[in-house]
Amino acid sequence: MSVDKIIIQNFSLSYSDGTESLHNINLKIQANTITVFFGPAGGGKSTLLRAINRLNDLADVATRSGTILLAIANGSYLDIYDRKVDVIELRRRVGMVFARPVVLPLTIRGNLTYALEVKGEKNKKILDNAVERSLRQAALWDEAKDRLDEPAMALSGGQQQRLCLARSLVLEPEVILLDEPTSALDPISTSKVEATLQELKQDYTIVLVPHSIQQAARMADFAAFFLQGKLVESAPENTLFITPQDPKTRDYVEGRYG
Amino acid sequence: MKKVTPNSLHSSGSAARNRIQRVGFLILLGATLLTVIPIFLIIGVIIVQGFQTITPEFIFGFPYNGMKSGGIWPAIVGTIYLILGTALFSVPLGIAASIYLAEYAPDNRITQIIRIAIITLAGIPSVVYGLFGLGLFVIAMKFGTSILAGALTLAIMNIPVIISTSEEALRTIPQAFRVTSISLGATKWQTIRRVILPQAQPGILTGVVLGLERAAGETAPILFTAAAFYLPRLPESPLDQTMALPYHLYVISTQVPGMPAGIQYGTALVLLILVLGMNLVATVIRSRVRARRQW
Amino acid sequence: MEKTKDWKEKIILWAIRLSGYSAIIFVGLIFIYLLREGLPALGEVPLSNLFSSCWYPIEDFFGLTPLLAGSLIVTLGATIIAVPIGICTAVYIAEVAPQWAREILKPSVEVLAGIPSVVLGFFGFVILAPYLRLLLDLPTGLTAFAGSMLLAATALPTIVSVSEDALYSVPKSYRDASIALGVTEWQTIWNVTLPAARSGVLTACMLGIGRAVGETMAVLMVTGNAPVIPRGLSGFFAPVRTMTATIAAEMGEVATGSVHYHVLFLIGITLFIVTLLINLTAASVVFRKRQRSERILS
Repeated sequence: MSVDKIIIQNFSLSYSDGTESLHNINLKIQANTITVFFGPAGGGKSTLLRAINRLNDLADVATRSGTILLAIANGSYLDIYDRKVDVIELRRRVGMVFARPVVLPLTIRGNLTYALEVKGEKNKKILDNAVERSLRQAALWDEAKDRLDEPAMALSGGQQQRLCLARSLVLEPEVILLDEPTSALDPISTSKVEATLQELKQDYTIVLVPHSIQQAARMADFAAFFLQGKLVESAPENTLFITPQDPKTRDYVEGRYG
Repeated sequence: MKKVTPNSLHSSGSAARNRIQRVGFLILLGATLLTVIPIFLIIGVIIVQGFQTITPEFIFGFPYNGMKSGGIWPAIVGTIYLILGTALFSVPLGIAASIYLAEYAPDNRITQIIRIAIITLAGIPSVVYGLFGLGLFVIAMKFGTSILAGALTLAIMNIPVIISTSEEALRTIPQAFRVTSISLGATKWQTIRRVILPQAQPGILTGVVLGLERAAGETAPILFTAAAFYLPRLPESPLDQTMALPYHLYVISTQVPGMPAGIQYGTALVLLILVLGMNLVATVIRSRVRARRQW
Repeated sequence: MEKTKDWKEKIILWAIRLSGYSAIIFVGLIFIYLLREGLPALGEVPLSNLFSSCWYPIEDFFGLTPLLAGSLIVTLGATIIAVPIGICTAVYIAEVAPQWAREILKPSVEVLAGIPSVVLGFFGFVILAPYLRLLLDLPTGLTAFAGSMLLAATALPTIVSVSEDALYSVPKSYRDASIALGVTEWQTIWNVTLPAARSGVLTACMLGIGRAVGETMAVLMVTGNAPVIPRGLSGFFAPVRTMTATIAAEMGEVATGSVHYHVLFLIGITLFIVTLLINLTAASVVFRKRQRSERILS
């Protein structure tokens, strides 16, 4: 039986400018699966994703209640909104990939070693190993191995996004959050990234905001439908896409809005 | 409703309007020439009248014979010392302040007061800075009329320039870099030092050079804080008085009767070359970076 | 999970925050030292003397009126010259000039901003003033008018570049909409673009005037420095003395702590307040609340 990696409890959040908020979300995310958050834009799925590694700390959050628990060693859970939590360490355990590939203005190697370097790692051997391992995991090694010291900006859009994925894997996080990672990619790059994610779930817990319902259906081990800041329903595999229980989910899946 | 016939497209009003437009544009061009021609006139006259004076003896020589002979080396050195001193005090402080405003400052009352303070500093007349430097550095802190007092006065005058240009440079860096760096487990300061500052560096440098350019040409702030009328040697310590190019030009053009015009124009030309040279450096940095930027 | 590198980051943040606050400290220091050295003058010199029309410090006549009037007339002249020319130049550069001309004009205006005021003063003293004397048949060329011309040159770069920015920030769609209605470019500039940019242009003029009021060396060198109250239009063509020039010319020769010394600081306070008001008015037009939405929604 698999364990619950992330437990979201009565989680609510609103921004000070009144946009996109979350109302009382309860959800369990299992380890070594791909969990998909889907729904129309502004429904709160991105906000919830960012709440899991506290990137929301950078935004003007007006109110927040409830909490999110992250499984750590030997069955115990960490309240990530506890005041004593080291946010930096949390973000090292919970990696993130954004919709638009954002490579830092460094070399390819520099992008990959960045997370280790800010952590204080100086051993060249460890850094080199991490570069190769992460690039192989993100299926970018063959294309990038001869140009590691070129600016990362010189890569194509699809390669940049796989570099971002590789970069999030360098620290060997436990959870990877992906916010529409293929929305800016062509179909071939998209299928490469999707295949990579299917591989990665052996070792990681993956939470994905897909950029289409089709992708949601293809990728989901577990799916959750969000609408106007509320979790409407959630179910394993592609249940939601075939036999949704809530009429709102059915309307969305059948393309009546969104 | 009025019918539009093909004929009405060529009404007489249209020709008149075009004529008005042509005259109007000519007036605008005339105003522009009034702005620009004097610039070339001033620079042209000073170059033509001054370039013959510029010899190694003039640059590296000491003035003698009541400054009517010899060179302007002490004034050049003095100005360089003042620029370096100004940079030493104003650059670290100004850049740190701009980092605070661009990256850390919350949107609150105190930040607004800081911004008003910067606007205030930027608007204070240079001669008032001179008075302040006299009151605080020369008299109260007992630095006397010295390079130190002059450089501190110029530095405070220079700080708003550096703050506003480097804040702008920091703000042009895309927010996505900050978020990405933070999501990779970097602290805010690591993000600034490793990603933001290297990217903003050319913009900051441009601002620093432009600020120092202004400081190099200023006379009023050093009148009572640093400048010596005539000094037959180079300053030896930060507590020494010094000659300075802009003040020297003022002295030899209005205070010393019977000054040879060649020396006056030569001094003006050296000052212009120094200041406009710095301006050119700033422009080159800025345009090269714009061409190279990838985001 | 313990906190990493917290103490180091905290020290740096404090240093940076302190630097940010330093601007407030400097304004405070400047204000305190001006008041400390200048306020005693109010106790030492009767107000009737300060407001009299005679500035003759050697015999303890400290009438500030001629200096105020001198600053006023020179600045007024500079405004009359620089504002129309500056706005027209900005309009030409932003709206009319072809690309190649723009690339010459913009750096030229920056160069003008870079010319030190003492060099402008030198040019005014050796070329402009003698030429004006001949041209207008005056006893001396060192007049308020010569000062106004040089001050116009110091105010112009500010007026041009700030107005130009304001004109650029008018959305292109405004212009297109107007042109599409069959209105000429000339009418569009006057009826659409300039009105839309008016607050920025106003700020530009205020900032330019602010610079002119505080300008020292150029006016010191060309206005002739006679502390007399200018009478009527002919006052433009007679020598005057501004507040800034008075401080620059006399501070070097007074004894620290003397009445004359305190009065010069009092003039400094006056200048400080006048330029502060001008600049804050200018800034309040554009000092809208900065958009600090650091939100990172996808």
